[in-house]
Formats: sequence, C-alpha cells, structure tokens
Amino acid sequence: MKLPGNPKVRIGICVFAFFALVALVGPYVVQNLMGLSPSDVHTADAMQGPSGAHPLGTTATGEDVLAQLVVGSRVSLLVGLVAGLVTTALSVLVGVAGGYLGGRADSVLTVLTNICLVIPGMPLLIIIASYVQGRGGWLTVALIIGLTAWPWGARQKRAQTLSLRHRDFVTAAEMTGESRWGVITRELIPSLAPIISVSFLGAVVGSMFADAGLSFIGLGNINITSWGSMLYWAQNGSALTRGAWWWFVPPGACIAVIGVAAGLINFGIDEISNPRLRKPPKKVRDRAEAAKLRRRTEERAEPATAPKAQEATS
Amino acid sequence: MAVPVINPAGAADAAPAPDGRRAGRAARLRSVRYIVRRLGFYACAAWIAVTLNFLIPRLMPGDPASALIAQMQQKQALSGDQVASIYRLFGTPGEPLWNQYVTYLGQVAHFDFGISVAYYPTPVWEVIRTGLPWTIGLVGLTAILSFLIGTAAGVVSGSRVGSRFDSVVTPASMFLGSLPYFWVALLLVMAFGVQLGWLPIGGGYDGDLVPSFSGPFLASVVSHGILPALTMVVSSLGGWLVGMRNMMVTTVSEDYVLLARAKGLSKGRVMFQYAARNAVLPSVAGFALTIGTVVSGQLLVEIVFAYPGVGYLLYQAVSSVDYPLMQALFLNVSLSVLAANFLADSVYGLIDPRARETRS
Amino acid sequence: MTTRHQEPLLTVRGLHVDYFDRADPVHAVSGVDLTLLRGETLGIVGESGCGKSTLVTAVTRLERPPAVTTAGSVLFHGKDGAPPVDLLTLTDRQLGALRWEKIAVVFQSAMNALNPVLRLGAQFSDVLRRHRGLSKKEALTRAGELLGMVGIPADRLRSYAHELSGGMRQRATIALALACEPDLVVMDEPTTAVDVVMQRQILRQVSRLKRELGFSVIFITHDLSLLIEIADRIAVMYAGKVVETGPARQLYTDPKHPYTEALRGAFPPLHGPRREITGIPGSPPGLRVLPQGCAFHPRCAHRFEPCDRTTPPLLALGAGEAACHLHQTVRGEEDHHARVS
Repeated sequence: MKLPGNPKVRIGICVFAFFALVALVGPYVVQNLMGLSPSDVHTADAMQGPSGAHPLGTTATGEDVLAQLVVGSRVSLLVGLVAGLVTTALSVLVGVAGGYLGGRADSVLTVLTNICLVIPGMPLLIIIASYVQGRGGWLTVALIIGLTAWPWGARQKRAQTLSLRHRDFVTAAEMTGESRWGVITRELIPSLAPIISVSFLGAVVGSMFADAGLSFIGLGNINITSWGSMLYWAQNGSALTRGAWWWFVPPGACIAVIGVAAGLINFGIDEISNPRLRKPPKKVRDRAEAAKLRRRTEERAEPATAPKAQEATS
Repeated sequence: MAVPVINPAGAADAAPAPDGRRAGRAARLRSVRYIVRRLGFYACAAWIAVTLNFLIPRLMPGDPASALIAQMQQKQALSGDQVASIYRLFGTPGEPLWNQYVTYLGQVAHFDFGISVAYYPTPVWEVIRTGLPWTIGLVGLTAILSFLIGTAAGVVSGSRVGSRFDSVVTPASMFLGSLPYFWVALLLVMAFGVQLGWLPIGGGYDGDLVPSFSGPFLASVVSHGILPALTMVVSSLGGWLVGMRNMMVTTVSEDYVLLARAKGLSKGRVMFQYAARNAVLPSVAGFALTIGTVVSGQLLVEIVFAYPGVGYLLYQAVSSVDYPLMQALFLNVSLSVLAANFLADSVYGLIDPRARETRS
Repeated sequence: MTTRHQEPLLTVRGLHVDYFDRADPVHAVSGVDLTLLRGETLGIVGESGCGKSTLVTAVTRLERPPAVTTAGSVLFHGKDGAPPVDLLTLTDRQLGALRWEKIAVVFQSAMNALNPVLRLGAQFSDVLRRHRGLSKKEALTRAGELLGMVGIPADRLRSYAHELSGGMRQRATIALALACEPDLVVMDEPTTAVDVVMQRQILRQVSRLKRELGFSVIFITHDLSLLIEIADRIAVMYAGKVVETGPARQLYTDPKHPYTEALRGAFPPLHGPRREITGIPGSPPGLRVLPQGCAFHPRCAHRFEPCDRTTPPLLALGAGEAACHLHQTVRGEEDHHARVS
C-alpha cells in the first residue's frame, strides 16, 4: 500500500501499525521471551518502580505492568475494532440509505439520527452496561458501544451521499435497472470508501476511549486485562496518592498516543483537501518575500528588459 | 448631492416587495416558527429518552424487578419499603407493559424515582437534587469557557496561518484534545494535588465547612473546582480551536471578505464582522451537538476528583448496584442535555438568519 | 468633455504578478501595461486562467497569497492635475482612505460578495460611515437612495442576501459600489451568474449610471461580444500578457491578433446577423510551462517561422496595439528598408 505524502497522515498510520503489531505478537514476546506475567501475584514486589526485572514496575499486588500493558493492548484494540465495525456498518446503512432514498424514509432516518445524537452517549452506555453486568465479556461491551456510537457517522455519510445522489454514474445505474439496494451497495458505498475508512478509524479510536472509560468506572470487563481495567485497578489501588505513576501513566499514554495519531490523520486529511490550511514550505515563503515589490522602502528600478519601447495606448 | 433616480424599469423581478413593517413581522414569524420547530424536535427526543429509560431494564430476560432485587441483595440487605419501591419502578410481575408505562410516566411527572439504595433512606430525587447544581455549574462554566477561549484562539491562528502563535498553539491544543479526559484528570491530580500539593485532590468543598454563601466556603468551592475545570477546558479547547481555525482559513478567502477589504474598512471590522462572524457559525451549530459529549467526559472527570456532581453519584450508584438512582440519573442527565441543546440551537437561530429558513 | 476624455485615470506599467505556491513561481501576469482614461470603459477579455482577474486584484491591491506582485507601478491620477499616486507603494492607511472612495469593485457572484449574516443596510452603512462620516440614520437614508438608483425598494435594506432574487442581489452590489461616488468601478464578470435577460438589464443600468455619474469602468469578461456592446476600448489577454488592445469596434471588425479573431468567432454576437460559432482549437496553456516564443503559437492557424522562437512585443498598430509576428515582421522590414535607404 502506498503511504500518502502528507507527513501527519503518515505518522498517524505508522502509530496504528505499531500498536497492531504489539497486539499481535507482543503478548508472545513479553510472556514467552521475556518471562513476564500479567497476572502472577508477587506480594513481595508490590508497588515497585521500574527496574531491570520489571521495566515498567509492578502493581499493588506485584503484577508486572509492562506485561499487563502489552497483553491488555489486545483486548483494547479488539473492542475498538469490533465496536468500530458495528458503528461504521450502522452509520453507513442509515446515512447512505437516508441520503439516497430521500423523501419520507430520509426524514424519518434523519430525525432518528439527530435524536440519538443529542441523547448523551456515556450515561446510556453506563446504564446498559450496568444491566449487562459483565455478561458476555468484551464482545458485549464492544457491541453496546457500537450500537450507541453510530449517529455522528450517519450524519456525515448522509451529507456525502446527497452530494453523490445525482452524479452520472448513479443515474446510469438506475437507468440500467439496478435495484435501490444494488445502487447503494454496488455504486454508492464503493465510491464513499475513502470517507468510510477514515470514519472507521475514528470510530475505532472513539470506541477504545469509551471502553477505557467504562472499565475505568468498573463496568464492563475489569477482570480481563485491558488498558481501561488497568486504570480502574490503579485508581482503586490508590496509585495516585502513593505516587505510583508507572501504574496509571502507561495505559493512559497508550490510549493518548492512539488518540493523537487519529487526530494527526484527521488534520492531515483536512490539509490534503484544503491546502490553504498548511503554510507553504519555508523556501517558498522566503522566495515570495524576496520577490515582493518593496513598498515605500526603496526606489524601484524599472524592469531592465522592458519589452516596450513606446508609450502605450492613448 | 443629487442622486439620479432611475425609474425602476428593470425592476420586473423585484418580487412582491412588502412594505417594511410587513417584512419585519414576517421575519419575526419565521423566528417563532423556527423555535417552535426546534421545540417539537426536542420534545420528541425527550419522549424517546424517557421511553428508553423505561424500556432498557425491561429488556432483560424474565421479570426485571425480581432479577434486580436478587442482584442487589447480593451486595446488601434490602428493607421492605426498598423492595416495594423497586417493584413500583420496574413493574410488578404479570402487570401488562402498557399499564406499567402509564404508571411510569406518572412517576416521572411527579419526580418520583423511588428510594436510593446507596443513600438509604433518602429518596432518589433528593439525592439527584444535591448533585445537579454542581455538575450544571461546572459543565456550564467549562463548556462556555473552552468554547470562548478556543474560538478566540482559532480566530487568531486562522487569520494568520503559519504565524508563531499558530505553529505553537494549534498543534499543542490538538494534542491535548486527543487525550482521554479522565487520564488528563489523573495526571493533573498527580502533579498539582499530590506532588506539588497546591490544590485539593478531591471533593467539591472543604469537608470541615458548612455549605453557605460565606467567603471561606465559596473560596473552598473555587479552589476545589480549579482542577476539574482545568481538565475540562484543556481537553475540549483543541476541538474548538482547530474547527475555528480551519473555518477562518476558508472564510477569509470568501468574496465578501475580499469585498470588505476593498471597501477600506478597518482590519478589525473585516476580521470580526465579516470573517469571524461567518466562520463561527459551524462552531455554534456544533456546540449544541457536543454538549452530550462534554457531559459524558465530565461524568468521568467527576469520578476522578470525587466531585459531588451527578457523575460521582452515577459512580456510587454503579458500585453499590443502586438501580433506581442509576435510572433516574440517566433520565435527568439526558433531559438536562436536551434542554441545553435547545438553548444552544435557539442561539444559533438568532445569529444565522438562514437557519430560520431551512426546515429540519 | 472631449478634453476630459484624454486625461488618464489609471496607468499600469510593467506589472508582474507571480504565484508562489511551489518552489518555482508561476508568472500569472508578466509585464502588463494599460492605460484607462477618465470616463472610459476598458474591457479586459480572455479565457479563464489568462490572468485577467489576477491583474485587477493586483491593481486594486486585493491579491491574496500565494499571489505576489513582484514589479511594476499602478499610477492613479487625481482630479485637476493633482500628482498621481502609485497604488502599489501606498501604505495600508493611505490605501484604506482611497478604497471605495475612489475605487470600488463588483464581483462575479453577488451571492458570495454579500455578507450572508449582515442585513443589506449594514453593508451599505459601514462603508458610508467609514468614508463619509455619516450617522447611522443618514447612512441608511443614503443607502435607500442608492438602492433606488438600481430600482430596488428601500425597505429591502432590512433583507439578508438570501432573501433577494439573483438579479436584485447583483444590482444591489452595483449600488453598493457607487456608494461613495468612486472614480473607478472594477467589474469582474458581473453578469456571468445571472440569466441573459437580467444581464441585458444590468448592462443597460450600468451604462446609464455611468453616463449620469461619470465614473470609469474596468470590465472583465470572457465574452468578447458582450464587451463590444459596452466597452470603449478592449485589451485582450493571453497567458498573462496583453496581446492586443484597441477601440472596441475596431477590435471586433478588424482584429489584428489571431487570438482575438478566434475569440470573436467563439461567441455569438448580441446584435446583428448570426454567424457560425467556431471554437478555438486546443486549450489555454498551463502557466507553469509556457510554450516557447509566442504563447499562442501552438493553437494559432497563422503561425510561421519566428513564432515558436521569439516572443513578439506589444507594438502600436493603427489605433491600437498588437503583439504578433504577423504584423511585426512587416513593420520590421519597413524599418529595415528605412534604415537602408
């Protein structure tokens, strides 16, 4: 795959690739090659700062923080991916269908989307999660997040669909007798692919944030190691007041780095679609400054090779 | 100064030109219609929130009230009136859903949300009433503050892309905006509360003081509010800044801004009345939509700071399996957010004359 | 009246405008000379991308990055023999005082040129208060009179741009341009966004107002036959250069440059017998890589030997000027003969 030229987008994509790699092979490396365990309790080593044996220190019960971080990345990313998938699928379905079908169907879907948009997501998530009581593990959490997070994306995709609605290729497909469903799946969705993939990325990150938030207050999957549950146990184990920064900084930092990467990609894509947002390279700016007609400061020399000898018109 | 008046021979297209007074009344009518339409939308949203609140517990398999009672009794013993209150809230087994719904609506109308388990024997509504002002105060203050600061900074950086201000403040605020709220809260507690000891690490006011409008109490409220407010402002500033900056860049190249420059108007008037006044519209429209997100973030921040608002209450409710409190909190937070949304929407209708035209 | 017509209002000399968006600047306007007389309508015509809009934004100091004016002078001549000022070297303060008071502009799309969130009245009164020091009430009264001049009822001052019809909007921006009775009104494709009927109406109104108020006009368009109707003199631009100037009628009946001739064939005349419309083969060159020699030669039906090697200078020819080897060779030979004999 060719990486886009915008450095912000490139850095963002590299960060995602890095975390995907960690989630994939990291647990094997730390557990089997480095001999660290995310769950072995060593009361003797409790609340130790970073050291050779425990590169990121230990928790209040003596578990290794690095091992937890690496093993936890798998759950956090999985929840993000599944929830992001559900969110994106729902938002594409509602947004594209509404934008394409128009009329009454669109009105109903738009009102539905807007209402779901204004009902605050986190409290809804908390309520549902508290009834579920951890049943079904991380998959349930992912599904709940996915089911509550779709309206933003749906609005955006509806707007994009409206702009494609009357393009020639859509009309052509309709003329050849393509069904509505066919137009949506074979014409509209493929041409929205770039937007869909960017919003999928956003949904993955948003879901990871939501999952961490849920676990942080003790809902969802606190007994499975994930970045959110690490933060929950750190908060409960008074890591803050005891100054155990190595316990709560790393999981939060991982979430933060992913958040920043998503921000970079978004910002970079804005720059690609609107070059004015970016300042021109210094070389170009310097040249423009040098070439600028001096105002009031110096005598301007007439262009040496004035192409015209005579006075012009009149 | 003689002004040649040309007979409007070419005024054929001058639409049915109403006289001034009638035009004014028509505009007022449009504004009223806009507000009524938005009111209808939010009433509909409120009804859905209320119904959702009714349906979610009843979607559980079997008989929700008994299941919930069993679950709650694993944590603590429930008294007779608590059990009765739960049956009243979540439905007596066998009662038709429709009857339950009517009963439920009646309870909501009377602010009757049952008795809290976590704060037994205080009624739920009493518990929520103590928390709401803290949250509304903090959210209202920080949301407006971060909107104003972020937007103002966005005007500055957007009017001069690539300036020193822009190249420092924009990436920095974007970075801060990408961090999880509650983690920022943890870091601030760690730095200013635990390590430096400058500010209290939790609570809404000093526990030794009795709540009153006295100087020491208010000072303690302010000092306890600084870190939560800082967390919220720092985390939500970036969104407003980047949004406003990018919109400014787009707006500055609009013809009407160029025309304002051609008119020889002062730089300030061109920047504010022409560029920023238009560039801010999407931000204001977005403000209504982000209130829900801000409140969601605030709930988690309150938990970190043990701030006595609804977020902390929700945390208490979750950890002591207090379903009546949880349900009522969800309902109240949702309805408050909807009310705030409606206010923000009305402001938008005031500042964008075109909004009153479009239907939604 | 005739003597007044000989007074210049604006003299552009050696104007160069470059676009600095990449390492190598693009020459959007390279060495343009123009003179506008008092009370005259000067038309500037050319295909899109020929630099005509860039030229007038630079002349009015409204250019935006990445456009940079790199050389030249734009002399604005005051009334009654006052010494001319060079617009390009004025400070922002001096320029601000001169704007709209002396030079006003009308843009192509009135929808975009009017501030969507300000009432029409506010957009008139801010400029009147800035330059005329009127009170708010006086400014609105005057604004009502100005709207009346273009046939819009004064109560429309309370309207927003989106509440007006397209034609009304465009006439409102023309009334706005006349607010301070300027000496020069620059119109950048002012009738492209309205339908043909409205176009005729607006043009009639502009000519009438011009007669009554006596301002000069620089009128930019891609439509040569439209220009013949309203302009006194026309300058034809191609690839950032003026390739021909001349009195409007002469330019139409007897174009010297093959590009002018091609342009004439590309639009139907507004009046007179219909002729066959012929397109211009090829497309305008990218300014980044201009053809060697005369920039028009790859599309030119009359090109011959020197066209792809040397750039022809703009030389006086009859009542106008042209930059074409077809005419220069002849003249050059004449010169040669003159020198030999």
